[in-house]
Amino acid sequence: LSEALEPRAQKKTNLPAVLRDVLIAVGVFILIWLALRLLRSETALAGLGPFVGKLVQALVAVVVGVVGIWALFIVVNSLVEHLPARTTAALRPFVFVLPAIAVVSLYLVFPAVGTIIQSFTEVPEGEGFLYNYIQAFSDPKLQLALRNNAIWLVLAPAGALLIGLTFAALVDRIKREALAKIFIFLPLCISGAGAAVIWRFVYEWRPPGTPQIGVLNAVVTAFGGEPIPWLQEIPTNTLALIVVMIWLQAGFAMVILSAAIKGVPTEMIEAARIDGAGELQTFLRVVIPSIRGSMITVFTTIAIAVLKVFDIVYVTTNGNFDTDVIANRMFNEMFRFRTFGFATALSVILFLAVVPIMVINVRNLRRQGIGT
Amino acid sequence: MTAEATEAFPVRAADQTSVLAAGKPEKKESSSWLVRSLVLIIAVAWTVPTAGLLISSLRTEASVSSTGWWTVFAHPFEFTQYTLGNYERVLTAEGLFDAFLNSLIVTIPATVIPITLAAFAAYGFAWTKFRGRSFLFAMVVGLLVIPLQMSLVPLLRVYGSLDLVGSFVGVWLAHTGFGLPLAIYLLYNYISQLPKDIFESAYIDGATPFTAFTRLVLPLSFPALASFAIFQFLWVWNDLLVSLVFLGTNPDVAVLTARVSQLIGSRGAAWHLLTAGAFISMVIPLIVFLSLQRFFVRGLLAGSVKG
Repeated sequence: LSEALEPRAQKKTNLPAVLRDVLIAVGVFILIWLALRLLRSETALAGLGPFVGKLVQALVAVVVGVVGIWALFIVVNSLVEHLPARTTAALRPFVFVLPAIAVVSLYLVFPAVGTIIQSFTEVPEGEGFLYNYIQAFSDPKLQLALRNNAIWLVLAPAGALLIGLTFAALVDRIKREALAKIFIFLPLCISGAGAAVIWRFVYEWRPPGTPQIGVLNAVVTAFGGEPIPWLQEIPTNTLALIVVMIWLQAGFAMVILSAAIKGVPTEMIEAARIDGAGELQTFLRVVIPSIRGSMITVFTTIAIAVLKVFDIVYVTTNGNFDTDVIANRMFNEMFRFRTFGFATALSVILFLAVVPIMVINVRNLRRQGIGT
Repeated sequence: MTAEATEAFPVRAADQTSVLAAGKPEKKESSSWLVRSLVLIIAVAWTVPTAGLLISSLRTEASVSSTGWWTVFAHPFEFTQYTLGNYERVLTAEGLFDAFLNSLIVTIPATVIPITLAAFAAYGFAWTKFRGRSFLFAMVVGLLVIPLQMSLVPLLRVYGSLDLVGSFVGVWLAHTGFGLPLAIYLLYNYISQLPKDIFESAYIDGATPFTAFTRLVLPLSFPALASFAIFQFLWVWNDLLVSLVFLGTNPDVAVLTARVSQLIGSRGAAWHLLTAGAFISMVIPLIVFLSLQRFFVRGLLAGSVKG
């Protein structure tokens, strides 16, 4: 941590200013609270008509959210600054740090602890505390989700890495490099839900003999094949969903690996060429080993995203036809079946699966001299 | 700006300039046809799914359901085959205009609030002294490992008893909580590298730490703030899980992703509407992406540590 600095100005308590600040602080809180009430009220904006009412609501909400957070900081800081100098110095760091600490405690620390506890305690009467976990590993549906996650975990990062690396290596040699990259990169800004719609349409199946409107089955039938119900046929459907993930993530792999390839010293490549290595050999023997760190970053990052994949599965098949994954299962246990014990156990399993990958990721970043 | 400060993000080489731009200044020999055609094949394969969506969203119901979207290429300039009717219908009758506004209502504060809290906290951790500083900072960074799924069940229960389910404040705070560890980590890396002298001279001139923060730290940290802002904006806009759990699918509050996934359930075969709806949900991310590419890439590289 860098050395802290403190201003040296001397001052005394300014009582009127403190009172004024307290009043302003209370006023700001009341204003925010009133505005939030207005947002939730069914009738307050009804007189404006549906269209204008909605626009006004949007405007109020955004202003409250954005201005409110700044108003709170400014008022609290002003209050602290008007206290006696020593108190100010002692309290000041907390004005900066405490709001964030409070929010992460309320939204991550306490709930995560709660989840771990509930996964052991929310069991049917008369069952042991490991009930949810035993169920998770013995229920065929949950086993299936775990198995599918394992398949995703291997194929999706590997696929994205392979495509990203290939494209990065190829595009390094062509003239319109920046333009070509945009096409691979674009899906990265598309939501999982949007991608799911896009690919449901690609995989659309129509009975044989009728014109296919899904592009993939149109290609299959053009070559004389029978149309394939990609999202219903087991095990093709899981692979079809993994393709969606690869499509989304290849751009990420490409950007990082392209930067890494450009970072390989030209002398190394030239030395290899002088030694008589061909293009492919130079790439495999010189470039790949020197971008190993970036490849691990790409793989682990996508792997973590893959473990938590939810929206692609939820919007395409919702886990039907043997395509379920942990995150989707967890959502359904929570929302559809209200089996909160299972849901918490599944999220703990998810967490335990993420940790080792995260450790590999952080150690790898450290080895490259990057990160904290 | 110091060299260290710009190198605070992971993957340094990628960080310096636009990664999408060609890196090597030296001339490229004309590449072989094999390389060029492979690039072309991958680029086309990656574009076809989205192109199909966009074209279908502009066709009439009858033609979408009876012929493939690629048939428009037989007469691409015959403009009578295109229509904006699908967009009109999903925006009004299917309620996507409201969902679009709801997405903005959720996303803008859910980007500004965490970035504000994180910038203050990063500054506090980097440039003020207090007991427990390193412990608290280590805790915040350690939270990067926790998947947000770990929080859902307990939070949902608390929200239920506080009547916060379906409220915008509730979802702003949820996104804030889930985004803060990454935001603090990234901004700390940047803010802690700012040169010490600037604070010294500011304090000599009588500035308080608060004014030093607003007048010096915020403007100097612009690249880091912008990168995280774009990352968080796109993350929240594209999120489905958090908004389904905390906002739900009630049309008054539901965001675009939730409404689009609902459309699949209610109108799973109406491709002319689904494609238009999905495209509406992609418009803002596409604009953000195309106009702010450079920051987007930086945020993306930086975000590779999120658990």
